[in-house]
Amino acid sequence: MKREMTGAEMVIQALADHGVEHIFGYPGGAVLPIYDELFQQEKVKHILVRHEQGAGHAAEGYARSTGKPGVVLVTSGPGATNMVTALTDALMDSIPLVCITGQVPTQLIGNDAFQECDTVGITRPCTKHNWLVRNVNDLARIIHEAFYVATSGRPGPVVVDVPKDVQFATGTYTPPPTSGKSSYKGYVPQLKGNMAAIRTAVEMMAKAKKPVFYTGGGVVNSGPEACHLLRELVRMTGYPITSTLMGLGAYPGSDKQWLGMLGMHGTYEANLAMHDCDVMVCVGARFDDRITGRIDAFSPGSKKIHIDIDPSSINKNVHVDLPIIGDVGHVLEDILRVWRDTQPIPDKAALKKWWGRIEEWREKDCLKYRPNEDVIMPQYAIQRLYEATKKRDTYITTEVGQHQMWAAQFYRFEEPKRWMTSGGLGTMGYGLPAAMGVQVAHPKSLVIDIAGDASVLMTMQEISTAVQYRLPIKIFILNNQYMGMVRQWQQLLHGNRLSESYMESMPDFVKLAEAYGATGIRCQKPGELDAAIDKMITTDGPVIFDCRVANLANCFPMIPSGEPHNHMLLGEDADDEDAIGSAIGEEGKALV
Amino acid sequence: MTQPGSAYFLSDRRDVEETHTLSVLVDNEPGVLARVIGLFSGRGYNIESLTVSETEHEKHLSRITIVTTGTPMVLEQIRHQLGRLVPVHRVTDLTHEGAPLERELALVKVKGTGEARVEALRMADAFRAQVIDATTEHFTFEITGRSAKIEQFVSLMQPLGLVEVARTGVAALCRGAKAM
Repeated sequence: MKREMTGAEMVIQALADHGVEHIFGYPGGAVLPIYDELFQQEKVKHILVRHEQGAGHAAEGYARSTGKPGVVLVTSGPGATNMVTALTDALMDSIPLVCITGQVPTQLIGNDAFQECDTVGITRPCTKHNWLVRNVNDLARIIHEAFYVATSGRPGPVVVDVPKDVQFATGTYTPPPTSGKSSYKGYVPQLKGNMAAIRTAVEMMAKAKKPVFYTGGGVVNSGPEACHLLRELVRMTGYPITSTLMGLGAYPGSDKQWLGMLGMHGTYEANLAMHDCDVMVCVGARFDDRITGRIDAFSPGSKKIHIDIDPSSINKNVHVDLPIIGDVGHVLEDILRVWRDTQPIPDKAALKKWWGRIEEWREKDCLKYRPNEDVIMPQYAIQRLYEATKKRDTYITTEVGQHQMWAAQFYRFEEPKRWMTSGGLGTMGYGLPAAMGVQVAHPKSLVIDIAGDASVLMTMQEISTAVQYRLPIKIFILNNQYMGMVRQWQQLLHGNRLSESYMESMPDFVKLAEAYGATGIRCQKPGELDAAIDKMITTDGPVIFDCRVANLANCFPMIPSGEPHNHMLLGEDADDEDAIGSAIGEEGKALV
Repeated sequence: MTQPGSAYFLSDRRDVEETHTLSVLVDNEPGVLARVIGLFSGRGYNIESLTVSETEHEKHLSRITIVTTGTPMVLEQIRHQLGRLVPVHRVTDLTHEGAPLERELALVKVKGTGEARVEALRMADAFRAQVIDATTEHFTFEITGRSAKIEQFVSLMQPLGLVEVARTGVAALCRGAKAM
């Protein structure tokens, strides 16, 4: 129903009309009219963060764990610039975010007014799309459009910049269109895949002697149905499956066809299967450089099928033989139907041989590490955490670094949307606020941020938010007193010169927790770990768990930069100084 | 040029670079040109020439014509990356479709007296350039044609007292009766 109202009212009305229950934000001069409206209603609940970046990551966690868009409200100038990291993070990982920013009044735009910045200019390269609203009568339409663009096609973040005079002005509110289409005629995401290509894909898959499924975040983004279809297809074909960091949970981590994660810190069996396969079925992944390793030696003998909703992902890094543009869920449904209709008979003998080779690679037990009775090994900490939480309704977030890779290697995800991590951008400080967002969406669930001591300090202030809203998040810090991954690279690349990667004055995390009104737990002995984890889980309210782990442990296996998949560095090589020192060639040293 | 997207492209690719003309139909809304230019600079693509103007007023549509160089893989990426922008309706690689009609307009100011001045006028006549401004000391010519013709004309004017040049960049359409 069309109604007259102020711009500020429109913002809240539009959020309510889109079913938004929670928003994350921080007030300031240029959004006060919207905050005033927020105060006078109860449909939309606001979570007050301590820094705008925290609001962005919280909204990402909320979005990733629910499949709904995350919504952020911040002020002009620094409010908007502080959001840039979270927006970029969401763009890289295809997370739907709607960010509403206040702006100085239209007549002041361009005058270097107080807390003015060119928000649409600054956020143009880090959003899927953005808008500056100059007329209150465009506001409702633009917000509806923003939700549509953020959530349709390949999801991503959008920004709606609303000047303060537009918030005060009165205009006509139009409800969201029922057609579910964009007023941009050129914006029509393709959902259905080309049927001829799908039939060819089924033929290629059926003839494969050494097939592998390589899946990614696109499967999770496509929704629970896509994950269900993927499981069906993988089980029906009997083919091995691996996944990127972003795709963990789409296929159950305990299944026997699961090879573990692939890529730079992926498993030996997953990477060698990728290297030696003859047909690769890439589902909702984008051949990222962390996955491919050396590009000219990437899976040299395979025919590649690539299913992706974004045409620009096709042939971006790796030339593929058969692209299928469409939504993963739609395409998998058609593939399954064609497979059932045509009843192809895969080469059982070849597959048996292929699985035999995979079993040989598995026997390497590439994730093994030397247990220690006196010091907690970080891998052991994750394993114990997994054992203690696997039967519970658990969500895991992470920061970025070694702990993130260990979490990906040792925590097994059975369901999608249970794993929130910053993959593309690699944002240290993501995990704590993301855990907050997850907890807001799932108040009864156990939400754990597997953190590193360096990362967690980047957004530590948000523990104050968690305390305020009684969000019982558990911050499980693998504390090795180093920026572990930076140190690992310095050992590999820079002659063990540990330039600025040692944290000289770490805070006392237990006291820090207490200062914020949370609970602090410290554990230093492997024998005490299980009891301490149990205490963390059963403690009411937010907990910071300072898990003191072996300081110099490194993350293996690893594909050194500039090397192909079949040149992996395993944990057993790690004691050999020569192997470490010469693992990365001169060319590889220039890579990231 | 450096390849976008991945650090692992540092190894030299031996693919040959080609020059292509792209036609991009966009909603004429604020910031759309900045989006296109930002895409090119952000991903390290080349712009040799870029022209933009509203072409269908009632539909608020503008046409952006871009001349760019890159390997076939990069050119395909450019096309798809442009297609991802929300206000972009259609992207056509005119060069890929077949030799497109391309024209550019330039204003060329030449200063001189005596024989050089006469020679400049004679050349302008041969190139079908028009005199649009003149004093006893100078001519300003207007010339249209393909970029190569304009470049040739400008280089001929160089020794005859070339002062300055303004060029519009390339406007292009595909051949035949159909639209892009």
